[in-house]
Amino acid sequence: MDSEADNDVFLPEGSSVTPNQFLHELPSYQSLVRRKPLNYGTMESRRSTGKKRSLSRELSHLEVVDANTPPREFALSMQQKRKLRDEQAMHSQHTKGWDHWKDNTRNFRRKLKHDTFGFLKHLWLWRSNINDIEGKFGTGIGSYFSFLRFVVLLNFVIFLLMFCFVTLPLVISKMEVFNSTQVVSSSFEPACSKYSLPSQVLKYFYSNIIDLLSGTGFLELTYLFYGFYTIDSVTVYSFKYSLPLAYVLVTIVYLLLSIFWIVKRAVEGFKHNLVSDEERFQSFCNKVFAGWDFCIKDQYYARLKHSSLLHELKTDLAEERLRHRKEKRTQRETIRIYLLRIFLNLIVISVLGCCFYAVYLATSYSQDYSITMNAQMDDRLSLVVEYLPSIVITIANFITPIVFENIVRYEDYSPAFEIRFTLIRCVFVRLASIAVLLVSLWTKIALCSRQSCEPCGYNHKDYACWETNVGQEMYKLMIFDFLIILAVTIFVEFPRKLLVTNLSWKPLKWWGQQEFEIPQNVLELVYGQTICWIGAFYSPLLPAIATMKYFIIFYVKKITLMENCRPATRPFRASSSNFFFLVILLIGLILACIPVGVGIAYLNASKACGPFINYNTSWDIVPDTVKTFPHGLKTTIYILSSESFAVPFFLLTCLVMFYFIALAGAHKKAVEQLQEQLAMASRDKMFLIRRLAEAHSISI
Amino acid sequence: MGASSSQLSKQILTEYQELTYLTKQEILLAHKRFSEMIQKEHRSNIESVRLPKERFLTLPELKANPFRHRICHVFSTSEQADGSMSFEDFLDMLSAFSDSATLEVKSHYAFRIFDFDGDGALSETDLETLVNHLTGEEDDSKLSNNEMRQLIVNILEESDIDKDGTINHSEFQHVISRSPDFVSSFKIIL
Repeated sequence: MDSEADNDVFLPEGSSVTPNQFLHELPSYQSLVRRKPLNYGTMESRRSTGKKRSLSRELSHLEVVDANTPPREFALSMQQKRKLRDEQAMHSQHTKGWDHWKDNTRNFRRKLKHDTFGFLKHLWLWRSNINDIEGKFGTGIGSYFSFLRFVVLLNFVIFLLMFCFVTLPLVISKMEVFNSTQVVSSSFEPACSKYSLPSQVLKYFYSNIIDLLSGTGFLELTYLFYGFYTIDSVTVYSFKYSLPLAYVLVTIVYLLLSIFWIVKRAVEGFKHNLVSDEERFQSFCNKVFAGWDFCIKDQYYARLKHSSLLHELKTDLAEERLRHRKEKRTQRETIRIYLLRIFLNLIVISVLGCCFYAVYLATSYSQDYSITMNAQMDDRLSLVVEYLPSIVITIANFITPIVFENIVRYEDYSPAFEIRFTLIRCVFVRLASIAVLLVSLWTKIALCSRQSCEPCGYNHKDYACWETNVGQEMYKLMIFDFLIILAVTIFVEFPRKLLVTNLSWKPLKWWGQQEFEIPQNVLELVYGQTICWIGAFYSPLLPAIATMKYFIIFYVKKITLMENCRPATRPFRASSSNFFFLVILLIGLILACIPVGVGIAYLNASKACGPFINYNTSWDIVPDTVKTFPHGLKTTIYILSSESFAVPFFLLTCLVMFYFIALAGAHKKAVEQLQEQLAMASRDKMFLIRRLAEAHSISI
Repeated sequence: MGASSSQLSKQILTEYQELTYLTKQEILLAHKRFSEMIQKEHRSNIESVRLPKERFLTLPELKANPFRHRICHVFSTSEQADGSMSFEDFLDMLSAFSDSATLEVKSHYAFRIFDFDGDGALSETDLETLVNHLTGEEDDSKLSNNEMRQLIVNILEESDIDKDGTINHSEFQHVISRSPDFVSSFKIIL
């Protein structure tokens, strides 16, 4: 170490104080010098392979720190790590017996874990695809594709659950390998159990296509829909497998599994978000220290990344200046802005209201139409009417974001908040339109205007098997969503790319190539997934369709990204986006839980089809099963589900939560105090050093 | 991969697996890529060859990286400090940039890469150079002097906890550990 370096340890830049020998004597300096090669391996320490002296000393330090840490966790060169490992091995030779064995097994287990992990990593779906994308477009867009992969996997698992526990037993029973009992309707009302398909005479070829697209006709009574699952139990030797029970339980399991899986993935991001959300703490540091994507390999995109970083830093600085100005805003201006915001929000609400009313009208019309539909109607027209709700929802989803983007400009929010706010509004449109659709379906099914629902508890005349109808509606939504994504890619994005690259017409140039908009794409995905969650109960094979759909969409999106898109000028960060995606997905899931829950627990199960013919609601199977349990188990379950347990449990949970909130607050306070202390100590130190240096120079 | 895998003995391979965060496949791939870069006559003893910096930087993964020279300097164990890379240095680099490397290792190397003058702390000049590397070296893509001042003041305000005007290693680690994007962006995969 030369004296230049000494100065850098202590004195701020530009300090006029001359270096002094006594600085070396300070205890803090001594400890710094000692720690330096360890904590901050300098250039010398990496190069010191030839010089034996510092290494052995470092290693002895490290050994003191932790002899069991694997060498690769130290930031040392290969030579040094090798030495370190040898010394660790020597060290462990001294220990004998139990400790030695423990060390060995630990090492072995570590190695095994590492190997299996490496192997699994190699197998991981689309790994190289996502690597390619990250190399070209950065981690923000890469994270969208990882998210897509997660959705595929989730759907596949849900499909496996549904297939193994619901569909497979039915398939087996149809093959008549084992004894199975068909559900026999014991309903006293024959009107309820009348369920007939429309006559299948005189089929044109295109009516098959219509059936395929809308799930009616030949598709209605297949494994695809609820109505087909009419067996009661399968007997394998002496074991009786109850299909209705499995049906309800699997539904609950897949919803719970989705919640846990999403929450588990979101927790990581949540921790980061919790920390970084404190008054935009560290936004500049994050941008500067973690701004460059080291995985970018493409020269062209590297140039773009440079300019987007520059742009981002500039706007951030401008924004900060703006914020300073905002703090000085007069009261009158504030009032004006708030009034404007209220007015604009009213507009937004009315736009939303229009959209929802349109969805409601479309659903009612389409349902009425399909009920009264007769053979004389034109089939092409009927397809349009069948798909009317889907079409209206898609149009609403297409128009509203544009409206919102224009409105939000006048509301005078900061750019970052603007994006989020628009997004939240769009999420609302997407998910609420599904909700409106379901509600309007529900009014058709459960509320009867023309005749009484008395005997069956639902509109049995028009909806003999209402679960299948809901399943068909979800099926249609999913298929239509898929078709729209394909159509937009082929008929909009691809021609746009061709036009922009081949013609040199000015407005076209200004329009430019398509940007890959992550938020819109994520919304699309969440929308589809919500439909899948709702539909999986009514149409057990819907997750299989969703898996295939997203599997294909992955490639479609990848191709359109690589061929048609340019990177976004506004960068989307991987970390915040990951968390954000999962939160939206969670909102979708909660929304999906409501209709499924209501459908299972509240609405009367149809008496004409499905596994629950003999039950009032689908949920009734569960209490019925519990009744057959042995006495002890039965009481335990009753206690667990009673209020006397639920209320204390709820209170306890609240208490635990409050405890953690208080703990977090205390930690935060302690951190603030420590930071203050540190700053004070450092200021004291500087002051003392200056005084000491002065004193020293005088005494010389 | 058959020809290149025969060159790395099984023993060395397991050693590398133990000492780095790389999997077997990744090490073999690295070996293949490294031996493609060196001349034919040296391929027999790949462990002892040092690749000059200029040649090493032809690696496509580094070509577009504005910090490529710094990366070479930090990971090179050459006595002459010329940034030449041996195969083991290369593995060290890939290990630090791999998916499974810990935050400590990553932030350690990131600090050294960003510490342009090598004095053990990020001073204002280091930060200025860093920002210029990020936004591109050309004059038209630089921040204006005023903006640069403002930016540096902001960065120091956020990260310089003891207010001594520089960011030292522990302060840097502290900031990085709270920076959500760092782990996902600080990676290079062959």
